[in-house]
Amino acid sequence: MTKKRYPRLLGLLPLFGTLLLGGCNMTLLDPVGQVGIEERNLIITATLLMLLVVVPVILMTLIFAWKYRASNKDATYAPKWSHSTKIEVVIWTVPILIIIALGVITYKSTHALDPYRPLESDVKPITIEVVSLDWKWMFIYPEQGIATVNKIVFPANTPINFRITSDAVMNSFFIPGLGGQIYAMAGMTTKLHLIANKNAEMDGISANYSGAGFTGMKFKAIATSQADFDAWVSEVKASPKQLDNAEYAALTKPSQNNPVELYSSVTPNLFQTIIDKYEGMNPGKPVKHEKKEVSGTQGLDNTSNSAAGAEE
Amino acid sequence: MSNIATNAGHAHGHDHEHDEHHHDAGETTVFGFWLYLMTDCIIFASLFAVYAVLVGNVAGGPSGHDIFELPYVLGETALLLFSSITYGFAMLAFYKGNKSGVLTWLGITFLLGAGFIGMEINEFHLLISEGYGPHRSGFLSAFFTLVGTHGLHVTCGLIWMAIMMYQVQKKGLTSTNKTRLSCLSLFWHFLDVVWICVFTVVYLMGTL
Amino acid sequence: MLGKLSLDAIPFHEPIVMVTVAMILLGGLALVAGITYFKKWTYLWTEWLTSVDHKKIGVMYIIVAMIMLLRGFADAVMMRTQLAMATEGSPGYLPPEHYDQIFTAHGVIMIIFMAMPFFTGLMNLAVPLQIGARDVAYPFLNSLSFWLLVSGVVLVNLSLGVGEFAKTGWVAYPPLSGLQYSPGVGVDYYIWALQLSGLGTTLTGVNFLATVLKMRAPGMKLMDMPIFTWTCTWANVLIVASFPILTATLALLTLDRYMDFHIFTNELGGNPMMYVNLFWAWGHPEVYILILPAFGIFSEVISTFTGKRLFGHHSMVYASGAISVLGFMVWLHHFFTMGSGASVNAFFGLATMLISIPTGVKLFNWLFTIYRGRLQFTSQVLWTLGFMVTFAIGGMTGVLLAIPGADFVLHNSLFVIAHFHNVIIGGAVFGYIAGFSFYFPKAFGFKLHEGWGKAAFWFWIVGFFVAFMPLYALGFMGMTRRLNATTNPEWVPYLYVAAVGAALIAVGIACQLIQLYVSVRDRNKPENACEFGDPWNGHTLEWSTSSPPPFYNFAVVPTVNGIDPFTEAKEEGTAYKVPAKYSPIHMPSNTATGLVMGMLLTVFGFAMIWHIWWLAIVSLVGTVGYFVLHAARDDQGYMVPVETIERIEAEQHKRLLAAKAIPADRVETKLGQA
Repeated sequence: MTKKRYPRLLGLLPLFGTLLLGGCNMTLLDPVGQVGIEERNLIITATLLMLLVVVPVILMTLIFAWKYRASNKDATYAPKWSHSTKIEVVIWTVPILIIIALGVITYKSTHALDPYRPLESDVKPITIEVVSLDWKWMFIYPEQGIATVNKIVFPANTPINFRITSDAVMNSFFIPGLGGQIYAMAGMTTKLHLIANKNAEMDGISANYSGAGFTGMKFKAIATSQADFDAWVSEVKASPKQLDNAEYAALTKPSQNNPVELYSSVTPNLFQTIIDKYEGMNPGKPVKHEKKEVSGTQGLDNTSNSAAGAEE
Repeated sequence: MSNIATNAGHAHGHDHEHDEHHHDAGETTVFGFWLYLMTDCIIFASLFAVYAVLVGNVAGGPSGHDIFELPYVLGETALLLFSSITYGFAMLAFYKGNKSGVLTWLGITFLLGAGFIGMEINEFHLLISEGYGPHRSGFLSAFFTLVGTHGLHVTCGLIWMAIMMYQVQKKGLTSTNKTRLSCLSLFWHFLDVVWICVFTVVYLMGTL
Repeated sequence: MLGKLSLDAIPFHEPIVMVTVAMILLGGLALVAGITYFKKWTYLWTEWLTSVDHKKIGVMYIIVAMIMLLRGFADAVMMRTQLAMATEGSPGYLPPEHYDQIFTAHGVIMIIFMAMPFFTGLMNLAVPLQIGARDVAYPFLNSLSFWLLVSGVVLVNLSLGVGEFAKTGWVAYPPLSGLQYSPGVGVDYYIWALQLSGLGTTLTGVNFLATVLKMRAPGMKLMDMPIFTWTCTWANVLIVASFPILTATLALLTLDRYMDFHIFTNELGGNPMMYVNLFWAWGHPEVYILILPAFGIFSEVISTFTGKRLFGHHSMVYASGAISVLGFMVWLHHFFTMGSGASVNAFFGLATMLISIPTGVKLFNWLFTIYRGRLQFTSQVLWTLGFMVTFAIGGMTGVLLAIPGADFVLHNSLFVIAHFHNVIIGGAVFGYIAGFSFYFPKAFGFKLHEGWGKAAFWFWIVGFFVAFMPLYALGFMGMTRRLNATTNPEWVPYLYVAAVGAALIAVGIACQLIQLYVSVRDRNKPENACEFGDPWNGHTLEWSTSSPPPFYNFAVVPTVNGIDPFTEAKEEGTAYKVPAKYSPIHMPSNTATGLVMGMLLTVFGFAMIWHIWWLAIVSLVGTVGYFVLHAARDDQGYMVPVETIERIEAEQHKRLLAAKAIPADRVETKLGQA
C-alpha cells in the first residue's frame, strides 16, 4: 500500500455509508401522519443545512492532507505560521451563521411540533388513554367506553389526543409511522397529539427500555375509515371480556409478549385512578398530626384537615 | 508530599518566616483541599436541589410546618456557630505558638460540635419514633438526606479533630499539623456555611 | 453471616458465563504463576503497585483500560451476534436477563472503565512532563485514585461470576433501578462500582487542577501550557464540577434501595424524573470529559507531524473552555420526550447547537495546522485524519438530535446509538489510540510497529463505518435501542452488515495486540529506537527528557517562555544544555496505602452489595484507620542525592552523543566531570 492511496480510500467510506442508506423502506422518511411528515421535513432541511459545512470540512481534510503531505516539496511550508486573524474570523463566523439559521428553525419547529399542542382540524378529535404496564400497553377509549391491550384502531384524518401514564416503570409511547413520542410515567399524565393522513396499519412500540419484557412490548396501530372504526367499536363492545378491577389487577402482573385483548367495558375513571395511586407526586393533604404534648391543638389540626379535604 | 520545593525558588518570589520547603507544600495541600471542598459543595448543591423538588411531596404525611421546632434548631445553630469561633481561636493560638491554647480551644470546639450532633440525633430519633422517618414521604426522605449528610460531615470533622488533638499533643506545633489544622479549619467553616443554608432553606422556609 | 450471599449466586446454569469465568480464572492463575516463576513479585510490588510516580500510574491506567476494552468489546460482539441471530421469531442464543446485563455492562465498562482510565492514563503520562513538573501535586492521592478505579473494575468483573450485573441499561433510570423492579444485586454492583471509581475520578480532577495551577515550570504562563494539558485541564474542571453530582445521585439511589427512602420511587412522593435530570447533569459533561483530551491529542499529533506550530493555540483553548461551560447547560437534550414544555426544549436545543460552534472552530484549526505544513502519514496522523472525517459526520447527527422536533422520532432509536458511537469511537477512542502510540516511546523507550498500527487503523475505521452506518439506517426504519430480538424482515440485512462491521473492528483490535507483541519483540531493532527521547521531533517539554524519563523527570526544572518551548530550545541550540552542577531533588516516597485502601474499599463495596453488614463496617473502619496511620507517619519524601542524578544524566548524555543530537565538544567536558 503506497501512501498516495490513503486519501482516496478514505473518501470511499462515507460513500459506502450512503449506498447502504439508499433504497429501502424507511418508516421515518415515509410517515403516514402529518406530524411525522413535518418532522421528516425538519430532519431533511437541517441535514442539508449542516452538509453545507460538513462536506467542505471533509473535503478540505482530504485535500489539505494530500496537498501538504511531507513528500510534496512543491507545497508551501511555513512552520511558524500559526495565526491569521482573517482565517480566525471566517472559521468562527461560518459555524455561527449556520447555527443561527438552524437555531431559528429549531425555535419555530419546537413550538410548532410541541407534542402537547392540540392539532388544528375541523374534525372532532378522539381521545385515547394509554397506560404502560409490565410489559404491555393498555388503551382506554373514554368516549366509547371500551378498552384494549396492545392494539388501537382510530379513524384516519381525525386528530387523536393521547393521554399517557404508566402503572409501572418508565416507557416511551411511540408510533414511528405517525411521528413523535413521549414518555409514560407513573403518577403523571403526558400528552401526545397525532393524526393519520391515510388508512394504514402501523407498528407501535415502547422506545424506552423497561426491563425483561421490553422487546415484546409492541402494539398494532390501525388507521381506518370512520365507518370501519365505528364497526370495530361495536365489535369490541360485543366482546365477552370486561375491564373491571379484578381484570385490571391481573393485567398489572408482569407478562411478556401479551396477546391483543378487547374489553367491552371499563371501570369508570380507571385512568385517573391509576394516576392517583401515586399520590405523592403532588402535594398531599396534611394528615392528622399530633403535636407532641398538647392535646388542645388536636382540634386545630382537624380543622385544617377538613379544609384541605374540601378542596378536593 | 510534593516536590514543589525544588523549584519553589523560581516559581514564587515571596518568602515567609517558616522554612520554605514545608510552607510551600502546605500551601499546595490547603489549595487542593479547598478544591475538594468545592466538589463537596456541589454534592450539597445537588441535595439542596433534590430537597427543593421534593419539599412539597408529603404524600399525606407531615410537612415541615408540622414537625420543625425552630427554637430547638436555633439552639443547634448557636452551638455550631460558636464552634466556628472557637476554632478560630485555636488557629490564633497556633500562630502564637501556644500549644496548650490550641488543645484547649480544639477541645471546646469538639464539645460544641458534639453537642450539635447530639441534638441532631435526638431530633432524628424523635421524628422516627413518631413514625416520621425517611420512609414516610419524599419530603422526609429529602430532609433526612440533606440534614443527615451535613451531620455526617460534622461527625467526620469531629473524628478528624480528635485525631488532630492527639497529633498536636504528641508532636507539637509542627508544620504538618499546621497544614492539617488549616484544612480542618476550612472544612469546619465550610460546614458552618452549609448549615446556615440548611437552616434557612429547610427550617426557616419550612416553618415561616 | 454472609448476608444475601450463597452458592446460588454463582450462575452455574449459564454455560456462556461459566466458560468466561473459567477463562478469566485460568488467565489470572497463569499470570500469577508466571510472575511467581520469573520471581517478579518484588519488582512488581516496589516498582509498580506501590509506586506514586505519575508515569507508572499512567501506564497502569492504560493497561486497565485496554483489558477493559477487550471485555467491553466482547460484550459488543455478543450483542451484535445476538441481534444478527434473533430475527423473525428466533430468540437467538441470549435470554433477556443475560442480554440486558450485557448491554448495561457494555455501556458502563466502555465509558467508566475503558475511556475514563485511558484518558486518565494518558493525562498522567504526559501532563506533568508537559508542564515541566517532577510529579503531580499529590502523588499519594494519585495512587489512591488509581486503586479506587481498580476497585470498581474488580466489582464489575466480579458481578460476572458472583450474582449478576444491572439489567437497567447503563443509565439505570429509576423506578426500573429501584428495589421494587430490580430486587437483585445487579444494580448494587452498578452503584458501588461507579461510586468507588467515581470518587477516584473526582480526586484525580482535584489533583491535576492543583498540578497545573501550582506546579508549572517557572515562566510558563497558563496560556503557554501545551494544548493537551489545556484540554485535560478543562476536562478536570468538568470532573470537579460534575462527578460530585454523580456521587450524590448514586448515594440517593442507594438510600432508596437500602433504607426505604422515597427519593426516586413512584410511591410516596418520590420523583424518578429528578434522577434523569441529575444523571445527565453529570452524564453530559462526562462525554466532554472523554472527548476534550482526545481533541488535545489530535492537536499535538497534527502539529508534531506537520512540523508546524498548532494553528490558533489560543482559540483552541477558548474553544475548549466554551465547550466545557456550555456542556453544563445542555443535559435536558437527553430527554426532550419527557414532557417539558416547548420553551424549555427549545432552550436546551439551542444551547446544544451552540456547542457545535467551538467544535467546528477546532476542526478548522486542525485543518489550518495541516495547511502549509509537511504532513507525515504516520499511524497517529491516520487516526487523526480518520477522526476529522468521522467526527464531522458524528457532529452533524448530534446537532440533528439536538433539534427537539427531530429528536421526537429519533430519540432512543439506533440512530442515537450510531451517533454516540460515531463521536465516542471516531472521537475519543481514535484519539486515545493515537495518543497511545504517540506517547508509547516516551513511556518505554521504543516505538510501536507502524505497519501493524496502520493495519489496525484501517480495520478500525472501515469496521466502524460498516458497523454503524447500518444503525443510522435502522434508526430511520424505526428500530429502537436495547431490543434483544427483532421481527421485521427488512431490518435483517442491516443487522448482518453491522455484525460484519464488529468483526472488522475485532480484526483491528487483533492488529493492535499483534502490534504490541511485535514491537516488544523487536524493541532493540534500530528502526524502533527512541534513543534520546525525542522520536517525533516534538514541540513540548515532555520530549526533552530521556525515554523513559528518569523518575524525577527533569534533572533541572526548565524555564519556559512561550508556546512550544522545546522547539525553541532546539532552534536556539540550548535543548540539551548540561548544567554546571545538579542540586538534590526532593521526591515523594512510594507507599502501599493507596493499594491497601483500594482493596479494603473493594471488600466494603462487595459487603454492601451482599448486605454483609459486619464486613462492611470492618472494611470501612479499616480503610479510614489505615489512612490515619499513613498520615500519622508524616512522610515528607526523600532527597535524591546529586551522585544519583549525575549517574542517570551521564547515561542520557551518552545516548545524545551517540545519536549526534548534540555536538560532541559540549558534552564531553561535562561527562568528564560526571
